[in-house]
Amino acid sequence: MDFNILVGGAAGQGVDTVAKVLELILKKQGVEVFSHKDYMSRVRGGHNFHQIRFANRPIYSHRETLDVLLALDSTTVEVHASRLSAQSVLIGDKSYRTEIGEGKALWLPLKEKAIEAGTKLTEGTVAAGAVLRLFDFDFEKVWPVLHSLFKAEIFEVNRRALEIGYTLVEPQFKLDFPEIQPRIMVTGNQAIGLGALAAGVSFYSGYPMTPSTGIMSYLADKMEEAGIVVEQAEDEIAAINMAIGASYAGARAMTATSGGGFCLMVEGLGLAAMTETPLVIAEIQRPGPVTGFPTRTEQGDLSFVLTASQGEFPRMVIALRDPEDAFYQTVRAFNLADKYQIPVILLGDQYLGDYYQTIPPFDFSSLTIERALAGEEVWKKQEHYQRYKLTEDGISPRLVPGRCGTQVVLADSDEHTEDGHITEAANVRVAMTKKRLQRLAYLKKETQEPWVFGQTDPEILLLAWGSSAGPVREAIELLEEDYSIGALIFGDIYPLPTKLLTDMKANVTMLINVEQNATGQLAALIRQETLIDCTHSILRYDGRPMSGQYISDRVKEVIASDK
Amino acid sequence: MTNEAESQKLFDSDDEIAWCPGCGNFAILTAIKTALLELNKRPEEILMVSGIGQAAKLPHYIRTNVFNGLHGRALPPAVAAKIVNPGLTVIVHSGDGDTYGEGGNHFIHNIRRNVDIAHFVHDNQIYALTKGQASPTTALGQVTGIQTQGNIDQPLNPLLLALAAGASFVARGFTGHLEHLISLMKEAINHPGYALIDILQPCVSFNKVNTHRWYADRVYELPKDYDTGNLNHALEQAMEWGEKIPIGIFYRVEKPTFADRLVWLADRPSLIDRVWEPRDAEKFMKELE
Repeated sequence: MDFNILVGGAAGQGVDTVAKVLELILKKQGVEVFSHKDYMSRVRGGHNFHQIRFANRPIYSHRETLDVLLALDSTTVEVHASRLSAQSVLIGDKSYRTEIGEGKALWLPLKEKAIEAGTKLTEGTVAAGAVLRLFDFDFEKVWPVLHSLFKAEIFEVNRRALEIGYTLVEPQFKLDFPEIQPRIMVTGNQAIGLGALAAGVSFYSGYPMTPSTGIMSYLADKMEEAGIVVEQAEDEIAAINMAIGASYAGARAMTATSGGGFCLMVEGLGLAAMTETPLVIAEIQRPGPVTGFPTRTEQGDLSFVLTASQGEFPRMVIALRDPEDAFYQTVRAFNLADKYQIPVILLGDQYLGDYYQTIPPFDFSSLTIERALAGEEVWKKQEHYQRYKLTEDGISPRLVPGRCGTQVVLADSDEHTEDGHITEAANVRVAMTKKRLQRLAYLKKETQEPWVFGQTDPEILLLAWGSSAGPVREAIELLEEDYSIGALIFGDIYPLPTKLLTDMKANVTMLINVEQNATGQLAALIRQETLIDCTHSILRYDGRPMSGQYISDRVKEVIASDK
Repeated sequence: MTNEAESQKLFDSDDEIAWCPGCGNFAILTAIKTALLELNKRPEEILMVSGIGQAAKLPHYIRTNVFNGLHGRALPPAVAAKIVNPGLTVIVHSGDGDTYGEGGNHFIHNIRRNVDIAHFVHDNQIYALTKGQASPTTALGQVTGIQTQGNIDQPLNPLLLALAAGASFVARGFTGHLEHLISLMKEAINHPGYALIDILQPCVSFNKVNTHRWYADRVYELPKDYDTGNLNHALEQAMEWGEKIPIGIFYRVEKPTFADRLVWLADRPSLIDRVWEPRDAEKFMKELE
């Protein structure tokens, strides 16, 4: 069992609500859900859609072919009807009737029935009722979900709409429910937000920017209950500088943005590094340069974040691979930032940020908060505390101002002495530069090797990173019967872990980087760090996420062209 | 050494001062040290925050906690530090270029936030660290190494801007009236909320127009019976600039501070003392089920 429903319409038509109803009902039945949202940068009109895929086994990506197309406008029919197969069903109001989709279409009186239910706004709910009937859903299990989504009066009208929709069609598909496992349904942005809460973030400053805003709105929603501050800054420059100030003062602090906002944060990134102030920054990529495609996806900022800000300093870059990974890596990022007193960048993208996936609940008992702050042993022993004391391991004991007796804590963006005062001394400059860069060696030891999918000693090796993990995993599943193929998915990306890549490369004849960008930025990094060249590239940069099928098709093309 | 002599040294820093002899910053340094001593403050409870410029070096010359950040960006880390640790007395020292030029956006919006900090702007009407270019407060027509035909951009009036943005404490001082400046600083530090003092000071090296004499001839202290609670008077008074330049507290009202508005934190410890385990966040997973 593996079905795919597309719900499409204009912004403001309730596409999100219909999708939410279906997603939750499916999830509560115990099926695995992967729901991906494609939306335009506008509040009304345009064409938006959700693709809700569900199965009785874990699924890791959206897919191209549709089983049900639920159209809330005629544009949805025009754009997506070509994705229907002979067994698929199209549901739409009879006013959308076109030649396209004939034979598969059920043109229903959705608009009339919506008015009958109480308001024309329930057109989508009537259609959702019809969809539930197509799959012969047990209606009794639907009401609790509907109750959780709608307030009393709105619940009533939606209940009527759903019931009316249910009577309009006959069952077409057979469901095969799995045993119900504990599952949560979560987006990448929610997972980052919850990870930050688990890690003890107490100060978040940010400026709204699609597609990163979900992190901020998630945290703002929990502000009161968690007892934290989420402040909307006047711009991204303020956002990062506030987070740095809060961190210097002793709070766990974070900011998030997308590429354009990160451009404004770049000097602040250097400030965190120079002052050795721990900081976690989530950069949720969208296609650039500048405004680009505000609501779409790309992996175009890797090279940028690797070198952002002038000068040389240690940073850690972690690409988030799926919502589960996003949660645990966010917690890890806070601990690494504190341990090494550095900025850690979490690299996500619109695809990961916005899609919903059912996954096992997060294991909070496995998590720890490691602040790595120095204690009394430092400030009581030293007559004169030095924030940037040159130590053997290059990491100076860090104290928090106002929490270390009569000692004071100096942080400085200028090159500074061990005390934290401005200096222009050549020898101090060299010592401080070495001290900062010494951490790169430790970070290398901390790095986690990439995930491996498929064969571990393959002839064809795919290299990908971040949110491509799920689609590549599904591509491998599609290809591994016919080919000797495997994949490495990088999460920790800087410093780059190279052991698995070097080991697995032995018998590889085709090394293919699979990336959502135009220039192959992972391939460039691998070349820079290991002198290993990819032999082929699969690159997509139209702002639309790759599916497993898409990657599988491209791999076959590459193999064919190579012969 | 007597106790008094010892206490005079309480805020002394061992860092070498890099200002030009005769710089107005020396008076500001004396004033802030005196103000802190008179307020019975301790170095460890003070956080001095600055950006870049000659004014921004001041925190190095006084023994307190210091965050010396980026040009124009002193306010964001300062307010954030105060938000997470309200126990700190947070004071920002920045110049006219740093505050009103590079940091103009933060200036406006931190007035709106009204975080309880004091902001001392060393206003010498020139960029000094970069050796003499027009700042946002440089007079129209003044010739500099960049404004070679005279400054063609109208200077802004920081007091008027602060008042218009809703500041709860707006004052102007002058380095030539030291006792007056010390008392302004004490009032600003004690004011609950964002307190601005625009401090007129000569730049002996790069501003040959607005000299100590130039200011001294024009400056007068607002009379004792001046009503600091009247915004219309304050706006009018702030517009006086030329042959006569008023100094003193133009406007002072009590408004809810940023911390006052964080009602959900009212009975909790400061954010840096927050007790939290990863498991405390587990409850937020419920809504994802």
